[in-house]
Amino acid sequence: MTTTAYEPNMVLVNETFDVVGTRPIRHDGADKVTGRALYGADFDTAGLLHGKILRSPHAHARIKSIDTSKAEALPGVLAIVTAKDLPTTKAGVIVDFGEGNMELKYLRDNILASDKALYKGHAIAAVAASSPHVAEEAAALIDVQYEVLEPVLTAPEGMKEGAPLVHEDLKTEELGEKTDKSSNLASHFRHTKGDLDQGFQEADIVVEREFNTVTVHQGYIEPHPATALWNQDGRLHIWCSTQGAFVVRDSCAQILDIPVSQIRVVPMEIGGGFGGKINVYLEPVAALLSKKTGHAVKIVMSRADCFEGTGPTPGSYVKVKIGAKNDGTITAAHAYLAYEAGAYPGSPVGAGGMCVFSAYDIDNVVIDGYDVVVNKPKTAAYRAPGAPNAAFATEQVVDELANKLGMDPIDLRLKNAAKEGTRRADGPVFPRIGCVEVLEAMKSHPHYSAPLEGPNRGRGVSIGFWFNIGLASSCSISVNDDGTINLVEGSTDIGGTRASIAMQAAEVLGIAAEDVRPSVADTDSVGYTAVTGGSRTTFATGWAAYEAAQDVKRQMIERAATVWEVDADSVEFDKGAFKSKTDPELSMSFKDLAGRLSSTGGPIVGRAAVNPQGAGGSFAGNIVDVEVDPETGKVEVLRFTAVQDVGKAIHPSYVEGQMQGGSAQGIGWALNEEYYMGEQGQMTNTSLLDYRMPTSLDLPMIDTVIVEVANPGHPFGVRGVGEANIIPPTPAIANAIHSATGLRLERLPMNPGAVTEAGWKQRK
Amino acid sequence: MPGKTYVQATINGEHTDFLCEPRQSLLEVLRDVIGLTGTKEGCNDGNCGACTIILDGRIVTPCLVLAVEAEGKEMTTIEGIANGSTLHPIQQSFLENAALQCGICTPGFIVATKALLDENPNPTEYEIRFWLANNLCRCTGYDKIIRAVQDAATTMQEAKA
Amino acid sequence: MHWIDYVNPHSVREATELLAEHGESARILAGGTDLLVLLRGGTMDNVNLVVDGKSIPELNEVTYDPQAGLTLGAAVPCYKIYNNQAVAHAYPGLIDTASLIGGTQIQGRATLGGNLCNAAPSGDSIPAMIALSGVANIAGPSGNRSVPVEDFCTAPRQTVLKRGEMLVSLHFPPPVPNSGARYLRFIPRNEMDIAVAGAGVSVVLDNGTIKSARVSLASVAPTPLFVKEAGEALVGMPATEESVRIASGLARDAARPITDMRGTIEYRKHLCEVLTRRALLTAIERAKEA
Repeated sequence: MTTTAYEPNMVLVNETFDVVGTRPIRHDGADKVTGRALYGADFDTAGLLHGKILRSPHAHARIKSIDTSKAEALPGVLAIVTAKDLPTTKAGVIVDFGEGNMELKYLRDNILASDKALYKGHAIAAVAASSPHVAEEAAALIDVQYEVLEPVLTAPEGMKEGAPLVHEDLKTEELGEKTDKSSNLASHFRHTKGDLDQGFQEADIVVEREFNTVTVHQGYIEPHPATALWNQDGRLHIWCSTQGAFVVRDSCAQILDIPVSQIRVVPMEIGGGFGGKINVYLEPVAALLSKKTGHAVKIVMSRADCFEGTGPTPGSYVKVKIGAKNDGTITAAHAYLAYEAGAYPGSPVGAGGMCVFSAYDIDNVVIDGYDVVVNKPKTAAYRAPGAPNAAFATEQVVDELANKLGMDPIDLRLKNAAKEGTRRADGPVFPRIGCVEVLEAMKSHPHYSAPLEGPNRGRGVSIGFWFNIGLASSCSISVNDDGTINLVEGSTDIGGTRASIAMQAAEVLGIAAEDVRPSVADTDSVGYTAVTGGSRTTFATGWAAYEAAQDVKRQMIERAATVWEVDADSVEFDKGAFKSKTDPELSMSFKDLAGRLSSTGGPIVGRAAVNPQGAGGSFAGNIVDVEVDPETGKVEVLRFTAVQDVGKAIHPSYVEGQMQGGSAQGIGWALNEEYYMGEQGQMTNTSLLDYRMPTSLDLPMIDTVIVEVANPGHPFGVRGVGEANIIPPTPAIANAIHSATGLRLERLPMNPGAVTEAGWKQRK
Repeated sequence: MPGKTYVQATINGEHTDFLCEPRQSLLEVLRDVIGLTGTKEGCNDGNCGACTIILDGRIVTPCLVLAVEAEGKEMTTIEGIANGSTLHPIQQSFLENAALQCGICTPGFIVATKALLDENPNPTEYEIRFWLANNLCRCTGYDKIIRAVQDAATTMQEAKA
Repeated sequence: MHWIDYVNPHSVREATELLAEHGESARILAGGTDLLVLLRGGTMDNVNLVVDGKSIPELNEVTYDPQAGLTLGAAVPCYKIYNNQAVAHAYPGLIDTASLIGGTQIQGRATLGGNLCNAAPSGDSIPAMIALSGVANIAGPSGNRSVPVEDFCTAPRQTVLKRGEMLVSLHFPPPVPNSGARYLRFIPRNEMDIAVAGAGVSVVLDNGTIKSARVSLASVAPTPLFVKEAGEALVGMPATEESVRIASGLARDAARPITDMRGTIEYRKHLCEVLTRRALLTAIERAKEA
């Protein structure tokens, strides 16, 4: 195995490490390049049945009746379930997913619709049959009578007086207080800092613009799979691809009204999630079908099911107004954020409000957030959920301010950049952060000073902030007598975290990354561990591994003391060896001592459960060059540089990979991706052909600049790196298009038709 | 209802036979009947490339091939790429270049790359991107995949020289 | 998918007999890249017999002769067209389209014959074949007949094929001296996409003057559109951008697109002008080099 020397582009971490910062081959690599790794859909067991879900063809409809008799009569059909098979739920129970939460009765209704279908694709009924084809044929034989209702499809539309109500019983929560008003507006919050009017009075220049974005999907390549076996002993076993096995366990326990101890969730390998594989969709349905049949039941979504029946990220209406003095000092900023929640309350507008101005130190700020239910799938997390919608607005308005002030856009950002001690409008005061360092790395990058060769080309920049989360993680380590360790953790590995977690344990114990055998365990076999999400896994589960390794180290020191018949206080561990502080003759490598454990008292198991705070926010910036075809409006991304403060890169290759992947998703979001909705709320482009995620031919190489401003809240200085990188691409590309064409695009996606028609509008 | 069809084919160099319904895709049969689950399903309509296999020397998406069409054909799946107990240089290059994150698209990319380098041992970046445009990856932004293919091409050229 | 039966005939006659017997409930399978998607999508629930055309010798024919032209079996996949040096050299306009349908994997299966029989308004190969004066050779219970490609599609997913008939091959006349063709489509991605609009054109030059020209459009009408007047307007005109603009304007006027997820009416009509102009300019360059 090769480990390449690592040269970060900017280092503000002074410590040097042996394992941290190297690039070992990931532990699960061979399985994943040979096809041996087992993902959710690969699961098989004796007597397995196949399930299929019937979904609503209407965006908004009352369910008048469901007749399953024809479907039941089809040979090979073993069971059919509807919402009636779910236990009734108590009102007011909140289910927490780690990255988002949802009221139980809504979660249950989202699994199988009870009285109304609230979006096209809403699950209505499900069949278990001997083959997927029979299940599909049977689902088509279920006769559902609907009373079709008028749908409401956008946040501004939903907030209008007299709009059709998605939930007749939903009352608006206004600034934290429940009102009596029935509305699609679930809640309105406001953050304030300073005096907004005073701030705008101090400004020499004010720019205000309105922006609209539409629903987009995470686009993971693996459709959701789930298999459930409700065993004859009453225990429910679930094999699925999830970002959080414990979230699946807890959600299913709530929805099915059984104790968590009755459920075991086995996380299979997961084929991408990006936030979209946290909520449960199939698992409770497969469980019900299994209970009815006594067999294991597997359900795998189709691609159209993924688009229509899971949780995309919302469309939004955002208005941003920023005032600045002639010297570039931003004096005031106001944001109006109205996000589509989808069919049930809970859009990521809260996170949008936390991020909209957080790259800047501004004295006078008001942020208004509106969470609006509409007849679309309930939104779920998608990589920095809520932040890109907001940054698309803020970063274009800041760009326009720079243009009007005649300032370099990075200088304007540097002049107002958030730093340690800056208080965000939503409350928190920043600890040590890397906003300034990211901007400086952008400014000094050769890309920024390279000439733009050729006509119709432009360059744009932008910056984005994501707060990251901590949450609980558990880990145990057992020492093998050959000097290796087995590490058991509960974070599903979605992109190399077995490696980044194992490396932190290896660093503590002075062993090689390859001497760690990491495994992801089921919910019976490891302590509670929150989702692989919120950019938390390398940070929090890595910390758990660090602490578990410290526990091993303590026990090994005691064991060395026993062997040497000295006091444990006189033994230290340094550079992979146990040594006596007083007698230089007494020294033993980790491997030597590991070989003597069985003869000196038995095995050693280290363990840790952590719930760390201080995740440390991450800033990401982009420099983008585009060329715009003046006749077709097509935007080609010519060059792309992604810069991000990662705190400390544990495995730099996978850190770069996160930055490149987030950038690519941001580029897709900027240029082509969208739920193209018919007037009645039917998504018309439910295939990967028509949804148009970037192919390899649509992207340039994505240059990465890793900035390391150590997070004081982590033993190795780690900041989560998974999410911030998706925030800057949409505005950076918009700013580049403006630079190339003079057009200010206020709507996503900026597809060829939109760019061309914006040009026509401007010329009129 | 009519019965199943008996099909004989060669998969990864070995003679194989199976029974299938005419409506079953080759992808479904590879995975659910034969048990070769390394071939992944991402879209079932030919647009993601996760299920890419080599069929009579040419890459195809078996989600768009009926299993009955495989009669008498030769196939290579991801399970047939490694050389016994040694990884193929393409597989090794994907690992060394960190060219996978979640890994679900990886088998399809590796099989497609094998076919590319068999036909064009020294492709340009554009040729690689063009050839692989039928394989979607949502995690990596393709950068490290392209580099892995370039490195594998170099390694394989050097091994030949 | 609902239950289907599969048959694999080895002669045209066997196939047409099956098609005659089963009518609308039988479909010919070539590359399957459209048919299998449609069968799964619930829009072909009436189809329960799939007749594989790939074992019929005539459907696999690739014969090029500089005097007789090109005969392309209806089941020949795209890659066999562009990997054929002689065909690639003689018909670059055909290679344009064979190398952009789907991606590499799709091109391993997809056929121009299937693209034509699928009769989608967006079928990329159809305008290219119209521009090249392609002819569809059809076999049926009452014998064989030939139909110009521009008359083959009658409505979205509807063709001139009658009960029992099948497309056997496509024929293209030999390229005349000083001729050039080009197919150009516009898609938002760079590969793997359906045309927002497409233009297939061909020109024959005579000393800097356009002797004849053909223009055809994709994705802007219920069927691929042969814009006869655009080609005729060029006859006798100098091979310049000015002349080309007249034809591309006529192409824009002839387009009758709808607004959908691929673009608005105005944008698609605009693209017809741009693509026709760009395609004609390349075709003229190719004709000068030919």
